Amino acid sequence: MGTVEIRPAPHVRGERTVEKIMLNVVWSLLPICAFYVFQYGVSALASITVVTGACLLTERWLVRTGTQAGNIGDYSATITGLLLALTLPPGFPLWMGAIAGFVAIGLGKGLFGGLGFNVFNPALVGRAFAQAAFPTAIATYTPSFLPGRFTEFIPSSLAWPLMIPADAALWLKAKHLDALAGATPLAKWKFDGVMVGANELVTSLSGHMAVGPSPLLILLCGSYLALRRYLDWRIPMSILGGAAVVAWALFAFNPTHYPNPFFMLFSGGLILGAVYMATDMATSPVTPRGMWLYGGLIGLLTVVIRYYSGLPEGVMYAILIANAATPLIERITQPTPFGKSALAARRGASYPLNPSYISREDAGAVTPKKRILKNKPKRDERRTPTH
Amino acid sequence: MSDVSTTGHWDQFMEGIWRQNPVFVMVLGMCPTLAVTVSAVNAISMGVATTFVLACSCLLVSMMRNVVPKEVRIATYIVIIATFVTAVDYIIQAISLALYDALGAFIQLIVVNCIILGRAEAHASKNRPAVATYNALGMGVGFTIGLLALGSVREVLGAGTLFGVSLFGANFQPWVIMVLPPGGFFVLGAWLLFFAWHARRKERQLREAGQHA
Repeated sequence: MGTVEIRPAPHVRGERTVEKIMLNVVWSLLPICAFYVFQYGVSALASITVVTGACLLTERWLVRTGTQAGNIGDYSATITGLLLALTLPPGFPLWMGAIAGFVAIGLGKGLFGGLGFNVFNPALVGRAFAQAAFPTAIATYTPSFLPGRFTEFIPSSLAWPLMIPADAALWLKAKHLDALAGATPLAKWKFDGVMVGANELVTSLSGHMAVGPSPLLILLCGSYLALRRYLDWRIPMSILGGAAVVAWALFAFNPTHYPNPFFMLFSGGLILGAVYMATDMATSPVTPRGMWLYGGLIGLLTVVIRYYSGLPEGVMYAILIANAATPLIERITQPTPFGKSALAARRGASYPLNPSYISREDAGAVTPKKRILKNKPKRDERRTPTH
Repeated sequence: MSDVSTTGHWDQFMEGIWRQNPVFVMVLGMCPTLAVTVSAVNAISMGVATTFVLACSCLLVSMMRNVVPKEVRIATYIVIIATFVTAVDYIIQAISLALYDALGAFIQLIVVNCIILGRAEAHASKNRPAVATYNALGMGVGFTIGLLALGSVREVLGAGTLFGVSLFGANFQPWVIMVLPPGGFFVLGAWLLFFAWHARRKERQLREAGQHA
């Protein structure tokens, strides 16, 4: 027997590391990416490669300057890149994709201090920037399963840097496809009043439709992660539940004006956002009740933005707003510590242990030093007349 | 009040351009900085207008510094500044109506630009007229440089032009975000980041040089 060591919890250390979790997420994303490439061909492959490459290069550059936590080997930038590429249209110009990747890591993560410090989901920050900077290109979708997609690029993806991409609508016309084929199901519903069938939405297998990766596949890969506890099932459940409840209530209120809840759930990026974006560990609440609140907020906001704003899709902004609300949600959903009355807890008790019990240095944490201004002029000097 | 500064006029002038740059060091007057810098021409016009108001009002404030009672000094400064702003407002309107429309309310808002009141209170009211004017001119030029740095980046990315001259040809894809307010914040943040990085690098070089010596 060795010496007895007295120390605070946690006493049991798991095998789980950041790298392992991230690597598992990457593995679970690969089938989705493969199917996406199968849907859209070489353009999608190029887009995924360039966006992920831009994210990794930015991460490497920022880590090398020594101001950012994490490193390129923890696969978090890979996840950001893959997710960002999946949210962009397949024919998105590659140079814009590279900029979106750079912004995602630089502005979304690096500026906040790196892995674990970011407030917003980096991939969505990149996409929001791209949406604000290039609103036309990001709304230009092309149908999936086009003939010759493995040999021919979508012309818009090969635009010269800083130049306007080629018109995808003209290219589609040359292929004898009508302009409506290039609209996403949500845009079709919002601007043309056309709704696509449930079957096509879930599998994304039917041809000539501008859809993202298949929701069914995302749910499958997501359930693998949830079963292995790499993501918390409460968040996707509450997002989908929240969106379904709101959409169902509106549908019941006026079935001719509002689409059915099923369409709401399976169109656009809601499933991808719910499973992969909103569950980002750094930007979602840690308290179980907070997760329900957070997910419900995202679901509600998504439906509200889709119905009542000028944009066809609202998942991105819903998640970003909920990310911003995460600290507040955590604050109001603190669980009651064992032995404490619920009333006292509600009155503003803090859940973490008394700070004196925790040896922060033991856990490898560094207390930030108080910053002192060096060249602060002394008051006397300023007042004294010099002549 | 006594005169504080004893340094030379050139040093007074340079203070606003580099050491105490209003935009990049003091981060003052952010309202026009972010709002009107969508193009380089707008930025320069705004900078020149502000410089004129700043120099004239600092000269006048400095000349009156021993006359004005302490209790009403802010009101006096505002009256002085407002006079020159009104003059600038009419001058710009007379020179170019297009520019006047582009700058909008921000010409009148020079009155409440914190650089001007700040320099009048912190510097001009404590210094001789010549020193105050040199300092104010430097601050104005520094402000103009700051605006130009923002405006040129935003114009190049947001419209593909610089001073109205097309840089990339007709096929340029404008970055819409750069002419929107968030673009102003991003570019300003990027410049501040650059200057912070530069300052840190210089500090490190100085430290290393000190160690070797």
